[in-house]
Amino acid sequence: MHRDDFVRRMQSPGGDKQSGRSLHIDLPLLVMLILLCGAGLVVLYSASGQNMFYVKRQALLMLMGFGVMFGVAQFPVRFWERWSFLLYGVGLMSLLAVLFFGVGAKGAQRWLDLGFTRFQPSELMKVAVPMMVSAYLGKRYIPPAFGHVLMVLAITVIPVFLVVRQPDLGTALLILASGFFVIFLAGLRKRYLFSAFLLVMAAIPTFWLFVMRDYQKQRVLTLLSPEDDKLGAGWNIIQSTTAIGSGGWSGKGWTLGTQSQLNFLPESHTDFIIAVLAEEFGLMGVLALFTLYALLIGRCIMIALNSQSQFGRMIAGSLTLTFLTYVFVNMSMVSGILPVVGVPLPFISYGGTAIVTLFLGFGILMAISTEPKRIRTTL
Amino acid sequence: MIHDAAFSDPARERKIFVSRLLIAIFLAFVLGLVVIARYVDLQLTRYQDFATHADNNRMHVRPAPPSRGLIYDRNGELLADNRPTYILTIVRERSDNLSELLGTIGSLIEISDNDIKRFEKRLTRRKPYEQTPLKYDLTEQERGILAVNGYLLDGAEVSARLMRFYPDGELFGHAIGYVGRINERESQTIDGIKYSGTDSIGKIGLEKFYESQLLGEVGTEHVETNARGRVMRILDNRDPVPGSNLTLYLDSRLQRVAHKAFEGERGALVAIDVRTGGVLAMVSAPGYDPNLFVSGISQKNYDSLLNSPDRPLFDRTIRGQYPPGSTIKPLFGLIGLHSKTISMDYVIDDPGYFIMEGIERPWRDHNSKRGGHGKGVDLAEAIIESCDVFFYKMSIKTGIDLLSRYSEQFGLGQITGIDMPGERSGIMPSRAWKKGARGQSWFNGDTINTSIGQGFMLATPLQLAVMTARIASRGDTVVPKIVKSINGTAVARDEISAPMNISEEHWDYIHKAMSDVVHSTRGTAKGISRGLSYKIAGKTGTAQVISISAEEEYDSSKIDKSQWDHALFVAFAPAEDPQIAIGLIVENGEHGSSAAAPIARMVMDMYMKSKAGSHQTAGVAN
Repeated sequence: MHRDDFVRRMQSPGGDKQSGRSLHIDLPLLVMLILLCGAGLVVLYSASGQNMFYVKRQALLMLMGFGVMFGVAQFPVRFWERWSFLLYGVGLMSLLAVLFFGVGAKGAQRWLDLGFTRFQPSELMKVAVPMMVSAYLGKRYIPPAFGHVLMVLAITVIPVFLVVRQPDLGTALLILASGFFVIFLAGLRKRYLFSAFLLVMAAIPTFWLFVMRDYQKQRVLTLLSPEDDKLGAGWNIIQSTTAIGSGGWSGKGWTLGTQSQLNFLPESHTDFIIAVLAEEFGLMGVLALFTLYALLIGRCIMIALNSQSQFGRMIAGSLTLTFLTYVFVNMSMVSGILPVVGVPLPFISYGGTAIVTLFLGFGILMAISTEPKRIRTTL
Repeated sequence: MIHDAAFSDPARERKIFVSRLLIAIFLAFVLGLVVIARYVDLQLTRYQDFATHADNNRMHVRPAPPSRGLIYDRNGELLADNRPTYILTIVRERSDNLSELLGTIGSLIEISDNDIKRFEKRLTRRKPYEQTPLKYDLTEQERGILAVNGYLLDGAEVSARLMRFYPDGELFGHAIGYVGRINERESQTIDGIKYSGTDSIGKIGLEKFYESQLLGEVGTEHVETNARGRVMRILDNRDPVPGSNLTLYLDSRLQRVAHKAFEGERGALVAIDVRTGGVLAMVSAPGYDPNLFVSGISQKNYDSLLNSPDRPLFDRTIRGQYPPGSTIKPLFGLIGLHSKTISMDYVIDDPGYFIMEGIERPWRDHNSKRGGHGKGVDLAEAIIESCDVFFYKMSIKTGIDLLSRYSEQFGLGQITGIDMPGERSGIMPSRAWKKGARGQSWFNGDTINTSIGQGFMLATPLQLAVMTARIASRGDTVVPKIVKSINGTAVARDEISAPMNISEEHWDYIHKAMSDVVHSTRGTAKGISRGLSYKIAGKTGTAQVISISAEEEYDSSKIDKSQWDHALFVAFAPAEDPQIAIGLIVENGEHGSSAAAPIARMVMDMYMKSKAGSHQTAGVAN
């Protein structure tokens, strides 16, 4: 019974059990999210060139995000499991709409203009796809049978294909990953995993030749040798590694980073914001942020482990892994170990839809974390 | 649809999930370590490299061009100044879209097609990240407009530069010359480091000759720039060393007088300080305004200067080569006396022509009415009245070898070594010269032509002044110099060879004869002696532009002015204590006595007046 006590304590650590549960708030999760958002705003202020406009806008979006998160958390997990297909359907429709009516910039068509705001359906799919897959597999035997695997593949690949067409390779890969995470957590058999691996390997040349656009290929080539094109495609990566490296252990001080303040660093308030943090707060700052992420992810894993239902486990696990992937991919691409794929750093990078979707995901995690406990028979 | 859940085994499902999650966590842990390792590598291991790189990114060393040395006349009057002007420059590498930038600038301030054309030309030969000038001499208003719209103009910058300015314009144009933009040919020969940040170079005149002294030493400026190259602040700088200032022997008062005297004329005058060789005045008329060249002369202006029949760009003082005519006579007389081919008692009879044995054509005496100078003409009279026949005979007796050998000591037929680029040597003909230049032997007829400064003989106005100065100083072979001191340090006096050992008696004789040219009633330049409070020694000359045969009479009314004779005059003063020597020519001025001599008098008057003035002030100061 010791074990049960332990589990129970972890289910609602600290704080008022009653109020947390009734308001559907997971306090540790909330605290860490607030800390991350606060850190994000501090870095954003410096990265945007001390522009309060960006900070205010971002703060507003974060508030909206918290609202969405609380709102989502109020609904029981079963509700989300039941209506996943609707969310997925809406997402799919909007992706199709993007192909025909979408607006965009730099040769990519990613947004829907809703009049009052722009909406990026591919962001929604980052949550909708794993939900749909989890909902589908939640009612089935696991490990999934071949037919189910095919179904999951279809659910995942259709939106991925639509997003690739925009083109937005980074998001497409993340959606693909989120779908894959679910089926992986559902115990996808090793032979499928192995054949999937072979398939990916075989697909790479095809991808390179027929799917990837020139600028995307350029990014990959640039990663391999950024010095080849110092003022062109290599510029970003050279400047970001320089910014990070020159930060040293303790950094140059807030708003004192020369790379970011003198505009050597591109996209400093969006995708490359970690370089600003690294330059101004040094490795200390990076490690602090990393710790915050690790704690947050740790808490999410707890929630996943303690989930009552198969759906809850899978969606919580998958969202956690997707989140972890964001952090990993972003920190890797900015520091030059992955090609630049346009993945923002969650809660720190400036950006609209991405933040709200993030909170949507965490709302579901909160719903799972605070769902009423059924009597556990076995562990 | 079959509901699998009915057969589900929650415990097993959970077990599978947990094991898979553990695998994922393990992988995430490894990837996390990779990322951390990467940041540790960048931020700790390679910190120094990146810190340096970041500094190199933001810090740039910019050359701080030195200000060019100033040029003063002997009295401290500023002849070449540097004035601040504002120019609009563009760094090509820092502009994303050059044509758009040019368009934006064009919509703000006036940019002519010519500006654009020249800018594009400069673009083709600039160094990377160099500021390429687009427009010079921005007005206050233009600077204001550009400053307000600076945010639109990434890559463009307004910078202040010092530009050469010649306050007296045309007055010293030929002597001082001008600076201009460094052209492609020059940019290949100059030291790129010395000239970084400097975009002009001495093209001609003193500006060219003293380029290395005037330039100065480039300084450096460490600046912090943003990614667009805009300077955010200056971190550190090493000041440039300004170029050396030149003080000239030139006296702007004499220069003004001479310049004014040549108004409407073509010609040249050089006045030399007899004792130092310092050039007191140097005028080539017509002149041009050197300021036109400083920021690049327009094609239209350049064409009009280049194609003018008066050739204003041609520096006649050192590059104009004229037959010296009779101005050579005192020198040749002196050579005759010195080499004892004639004596002071030697006289001739002058019937007005000279017949050389074996040559049918007689040589006419140009300076006398038909009938000649009469009987018993000695050297003094031949100089005073400018008798050609005396020199015809005397030259045959003396021979070309002696004449040319001694003449060279007086600066004829060779460059004088003045501190100006592009000096011409003139021609002092000799047997060797004719063999070399014409491939022909020397004839007595050539000697006769040479004896009155005609034939092959050519000299520049500078050479005439130098010759006169050496006569005046009794054989000091001083080298003419324009620059008196550099940054206050006097330039050493130069002599080309040991003084000639010509007896005082001969010097006295020639000086007296030259003085009588002006002061005797029969002198050819007696016209300028009126009201003279000091004595001038001189010699008039006339140089033929077209040849007139002995039978014809030269009549200026029948020929075009451009073919009129050149009028020459050489002189020194005061005659008994020579201080200033002058050589001058008025092209197509006809007679040395009427066209050229008065100009010399005006300059000398000013010289004597200014000397008296300076003596007075010196006396007061004492």
